[in-house]
Amino acid sequence: MKAFLILEDGTVFEGTQIGAVREMISEIVFNTSMAGYPEVLTDPSYAGQAVCMTYPLIGNYGVCMEDMESARPWPDGLIVRELSRTASNFRSDKSIQQFLEENDVPGIAGIDTRALTRLLREKGTMNGMITTDASFEPEEVIPRLKAYRTGKVVEKVTCRHAYEVKGAVSLADIGPASGSAVYTGEKEKRPTMVRALNGAGKRVALLDLGMKYNIADSLASRGVNVTVYPAFTSAREILDSRPDGIMLSNGPGDPKECTEIIKEIRALYESDVPIFAICLGHQLMALATGADTYKLKYGHRGGNHPVKDLQTGRVYISSQNHGYVVDMDTLDENVARPAFVNANDGTCEGLSYVGKSIFTVQYHPEACPGPQDSGYLFDRFIEMMEVGKHA
Amino acid sequence: MPKNPNVKKVLVIGSGPIVIGQAAEFDYAGTQACRSLKEEGVEVVLVNSNPATIMTDKDIADRVYIEPLTVKVLEQLIEKEQPDSILPTLGGQAGLNLGMELEESGFLASHHVTLLGTTAATIRKAEDRQAFKDTMEKIGEPCAASKVVETVEDGVAFVRTIGYPVVLRPAYTLGGSGGGIAHSQTELEEILANGLRLSRVGQVLVERCIAGWKEIEYEVMRDHAGNCITVCNMENIDPVGVHTGDSIVVAPSQTLGDKEYQMLRSSALNIISELQITGGCNVQFALHPVSFEYCVIEVNPRVSRSSALASKATGYPIAKVAAKIALGYTLDEIPNSITGKTCACFEPTLDYCVVKLPRLPFDKFITAKRTLTTQMKATGEVMSICQNFEGALMKAIRSLEQHVDCLRSYDFTDLTLEELKDRLKIVDDQRIYVIAEALRKGMDQQTIHELTMIDVWFIDKLAILVEMEAALEQGPLTPALLKEAKRMEFPDCVISRLTGVSENEIRQMRHKNGIVAAFKMVDTCAAEFEASTPYYYSCFGSENEAVRTEGKKKVLVLGSGPIRIGQGIEFDYCSVHATWAFAKAGYETIIINNNPETVSTDFDIADKLYFEPLTPEDVENIVRLEEPDGAIVQFGGQTAIKLTESLMKMGVPILGTKAEDVDAAEDRELFDRILEQTGIPRAAGGTVYTAREAKEVANRLGYPVLVRPSYVLGGQGMQIAINDQEIEEFMEIINRIAQDHPILVDKYLQGKEIEVDAVCDGTDILIPGIMEHIERTGVHSGDSISVYPAHTIDRVVKEKIAEYTKRLARALHVKGLINIQFIAIGEEVYVIEVNPRSSRTVPYISKVTGIPIVDLAAEVIIGKTIRELGYEPGLQKEADYVAIKMPVFSFEKIRGAEISLGPEMKSTGECLGIARTFQEALYKAFLGSGVDLPKFRQMIITVKDADKGEAIEIGRRFEKLGYTIYATRSTAAALREAGIKARKVNKIQQESPTVMDLILGHKIDLVIDTPTQGRDKSRDGFLIRRTAIETGVNCLTSLDTARALVTSLENARSGDLTLIDVASLS
Repeated sequence: MKAFLILEDGTVFEGTQIGAVREMISEIVFNTSMAGYPEVLTDPSYAGQAVCMTYPLIGNYGVCMEDMESARPWPDGLIVRELSRTASNFRSDKSIQQFLEENDVPGIAGIDTRALTRLLREKGTMNGMITTDASFEPEEVIPRLKAYRTGKVVEKVTCRHAYEVKGAVSLADIGPASGSAVYTGEKEKRPTMVRALNGAGKRVALLDLGMKYNIADSLASRGVNVTVYPAFTSAREILDSRPDGIMLSNGPGDPKECTEIIKEIRALYESDVPIFAICLGHQLMALATGADTYKLKYGHRGGNHPVKDLQTGRVYISSQNHGYVVDMDTLDENVARPAFVNANDGTCEGLSYVGKSIFTVQYHPEACPGPQDSGYLFDRFIEMMEVGKHA
Repeated sequence: MPKNPNVKKVLVIGSGPIVIGQAAEFDYAGTQACRSLKEEGVEVVLVNSNPATIMTDKDIADRVYIEPLTVKVLEQLIEKEQPDSILPTLGGQAGLNLGMELEESGFLASHHVTLLGTTAATIRKAEDRQAFKDTMEKIGEPCAASKVVETVEDGVAFVRTIGYPVVLRPAYTLGGSGGGIAHSQTELEEILANGLRLSRVGQVLVERCIAGWKEIEYEVMRDHAGNCITVCNMENIDPVGVHTGDSIVVAPSQTLGDKEYQMLRSSALNIISELQITGGCNVQFALHPVSFEYCVIEVNPRVSRSSALASKATGYPIAKVAAKIALGYTLDEIPNSITGKTCACFEPTLDYCVVKLPRLPFDKFITAKRTLTTQMKATGEVMSICQNFEGALMKAIRSLEQHVDCLRSYDFTDLTLEELKDRLKIVDDQRIYVIAEALRKGMDQQTIHELTMIDVWFIDKLAILVEMEAALEQGPLTPALLKEAKRMEFPDCVISRLTGVSENEIRQMRHKNGIVAAFKMVDTCAAEFEASTPYYYSCFGSENEAVRTEGKKKVLVLGSGPIRIGQGIEFDYCSVHATWAFAKAGYETIIINNNPETVSTDFDIADKLYFEPLTPEDVENIVRLEEPDGAIVQFGGQTAIKLTESLMKMGVPILGTKAEDVDAAEDRELFDRILEQTGIPRAAGGTVYTAREAKEVANRLGYPVLVRPSYVLGGQGMQIAINDQEIEEFMEIINRIAQDHPILVDKYLQGKEIEVDAVCDGTDILIPGIMEHIERTGVHSGDSISVYPAHTIDRVVKEKIAEYTKRLARALHVKGLINIQFIAIGEEVYVIEVNPRSSRTVPYISKVTGIPIVDLAAEVIIGKTIRELGYEPGLQKEADYVAIKMPVFSFEKIRGAEISLGPEMKSTGECLGIARTFQEALYKAFLGSGVDLPKFRQMIITVKDADKGEAIEIGRRFEKLGYTIYATRSTAAALREAGIKARKVNKIQQESPTVMDLILGHKIDLVIDTPTQGRDKSRDGFLIRRTAIETGVNCLTSLDTARALVTSLENARSGDLTLIDVASLS
């Protein structure tokens, strides 16, 4: 079936319909990861957006349910050049087509995704519509696209009730160390990069702003007991549980919309509990402490962005997914200082808070998808909690 | 970390002659690195024995030594030039081994020379099998169960503990020489004994066989600060068991999920960090197809063929960045030259699919085994880029120039399903075509997967192509179907064959429906950032990004495609120089080529690079967009020449010599007329189409005769026939491939073969020098030792040659380059062949005379005259030194290939010996080609009756050098009769000890074996020659070569060699 992608600037791409058959309006963004589409699809940060994958061959290895980063796919739509008709991988549970249909996610294939990407790069992120109705009237559609606003996305993606993720008790719980897997014929666990239970006995409160599972898993596999809280949990409730550390997760949308959460985060800041924040959590902490954020022209979404750790001078390749960044010009140097910057465009990639056991990053040390180079940040957080305990 | 201020003068080691496993990719890497070093103000001293390379140009390095790559030469060179640093990681395994030997002996330290890039300790850890295994164990990176053995007995004992099959990998060899898979003790003993001998350190790794696993490679970069990135990963379609150089490779990996991708990526970074490699590195993995189990196969701590491929596949200039890292920069300090905005410390992301196909030499070595193993056999490769896998594969297939353009190009239709199943178990270069036939016959994908272990995803892609073939065959050809076929890059000619619709109609239908090629940019970042580098590939059904530039005059330079025997790196040298010359003259330059190993496909050589197949249709797509003012075909070998007619039809003027004049040189009748007009003699002959006609002509001329197809390269299919039976045999072989052009039968003349390259401006000619071949006529010029200046012909003959060259160039209206081969018999000079284009000897003669003839040819084509360019026309003054070009072969890599020299070219590369005297030049040339004698002072001579007289003379000279000579019955008798103490040795079928035992005893320096006629490979001679080659014994099949060798040995001095800076010649 034919499908159309109509952008708010009037550009129309014609392709074929994939996934669920229904009309969709959303903000169109692109992701440059070459592998990892199941993780992208289930990353809650994409709520309120439709994702275009720049790599043209998508679906090659199907979808493995073990790799889900949340309970369901979040993007409003998926845009690809070519959807593989075969899903070839020993862990594949279903084809991506089946996955999209089951989860009512519409999409479009067969369009020139590079042309779309170039357009978004030149004009910035735009709204668009995917439809199978060939009789659409641009005069009618475009004003609707222009008027479209996503909102309240954090409410949509966060968990409804707090829940616990138990820390690993032994290394045997967390799958084979990367490199030590041996084919046995049985279904095996995913290999892990974690080689020590350095977080054993620690308790972390994790504020779910649209959390990817692997944030909780990265802590739990190091032995940390994690309690995941809904985004609108009060600071009081969290602090009353006396956690060893607090994590603020990634999440979707414009950080400035989260006014109530920002207030609570300010209260967390005031406490002396060590805090590690990722992505939206990082932005909210910055907003809570007086800095500002702004929207990037077309965002950073992919697995190849270089991030420089200003403390060591080392550069790491990172997994990224953000449309907003903290404005470094608005930092009060007595409050927060840049700790990580993007080696390409110099934008803010992380902050450390003066006089506080708080550090935050814009990118994704939990990877999934993308490079695992920054996993050490979880260890840094664990060390910080260790110091906090003895202090 | 900024640049290290102590590095001011760097010695860069090249990789030497082109052999299988070490080819043009190192010229690309070396050239890029040298330019990168010079950009930083570093003085570059280059040493490489290969004169056909661009890196040995004086505009690439400050000082250039085309000298044998031996430890002794390097030591002498270091003493002479006193560099402060040495960079050994750009010259392949050969360069790395040399660097290591210099370091290990303490020579570098005592001469205060620093090893740049990766340290010696690191190289040892990566290259020494046991050290590597220990290191991997330490960091928890798995290797297949293995043991390094130094004796056959140890190997057998170890395999008893792990079971067959096992893989054998000799340490410190290139292209996996001497390796293999053993399924039984007999095989193990045979391969192991050979491998132990070939290894520089006498070690072979015996390893659990992981054949059938997925083979995945990562290209990794690391700097001093510890920053690491992966440039790209690649997946071999052929599972482990086929050398990656012979595999079909796709980038990025297609069948790995993020979990597998990142697991292996993290492992690659772990490994490069632990080894503390600085610069580029290649890590190869075997991944179990249905689990997360993996093994590290090997690590190459240097730039490699894979890194050249990765550079071209992503646009990331690995060698350039590696050179900057060697100078002390960190990755984040180096700009990304593609975008100009971002830095080199990032990972390229692709928004297209890349396929690499190997160019295998089985069309040259028709007796060779086609099976692919862990020992590389490909001479070159092609790469293609498309938005989908199907299209990339189709483009790559037609880029090969092996009479293949789709999955039906090899016909297996007469095989039954059962036969196909058996055929699928054979791993050879035709496997994808067999799979396609199996799919056509309805074999299910799972069965094919189980037989081949190729991932189902790839099999399904082949199925999609097969389904499209069927759809086209069924018809009707609607615009929608055509659009889909073009999306998968079916060329019009294939669509025409399948549908019966003419190509012309298809083209019209395409244009009417807007089904035209669009061009996309390779930008390292999937369009995330604006790129400034015009590096394009085509696809259908897309927005076009390439913009037709206006203003300057535009010239299209057609490249020479994959490296193959007969058309090597020389033509890339010519293409690149022509491009530079046109750019200097103010033209906008556009290169089309498909070879990822070459300098011409580096994105900063021409103003625009189109990475595309070199077929008329693909070229036309570019022509329609760019509308060039002219095209240059005379520099790109036969690949470019073949496009002449099509370019003219497209309305593109051919710059330089006109197409009809090129034709006149190739067309027998037209050429005979020209010879008659100009009064130049040639061997009598005729043109034929059938064996009957050929025999008629041969009998009229009298045997022996030379039989060859016209319009071919490197004498492909050329043979000397001595009787009717052989004519029939050769004609059958030639006609296996449909011939568009007639076959030539000439009287075979035996004399001195002379070769000339000249520039002609239409009136005047410039001959930089005359080259003389050591081997008499009958040996292909590319396989002959070539001497400049010609040393045994007198002035009269030289003048005659210069005069004939002038007459021929004028008569053919040559504008640009012309190459002519003559035979001199006494004072008589005959023409053998005229090629109004660049030739294999152009880089060699340019370098040794200091006359840049490609640049001059380009200027002449633009309109300058030779006089205007500051040269006095005619034959130039002879140099006061001698430069000898020595062919280099790769016979040991191709099981079953006939090694005897003849009219068909067989060498893969060449090296140079340059010195004040003929003898020293000859000695250097042999040394450079790997002939380092004497060792055991024992040799075998076995020659045909006609050669006995000459054999006596040669034998006597070897005897005088202290050689013990073994000879078979009749040769021994002849030698003894002449007073040489030859020892008689039994023929193969006689009782032991036979000549074979002698060779296998590893105590023989040299075998001289002149073959009797015919291609019958069961003969003793063939077996003797193959055994010699496979046991690493030098084997000569021409007495002329043998005479040259003994001359060089007689004059081998124990003292120093004279080293000549070629960059200072003028």
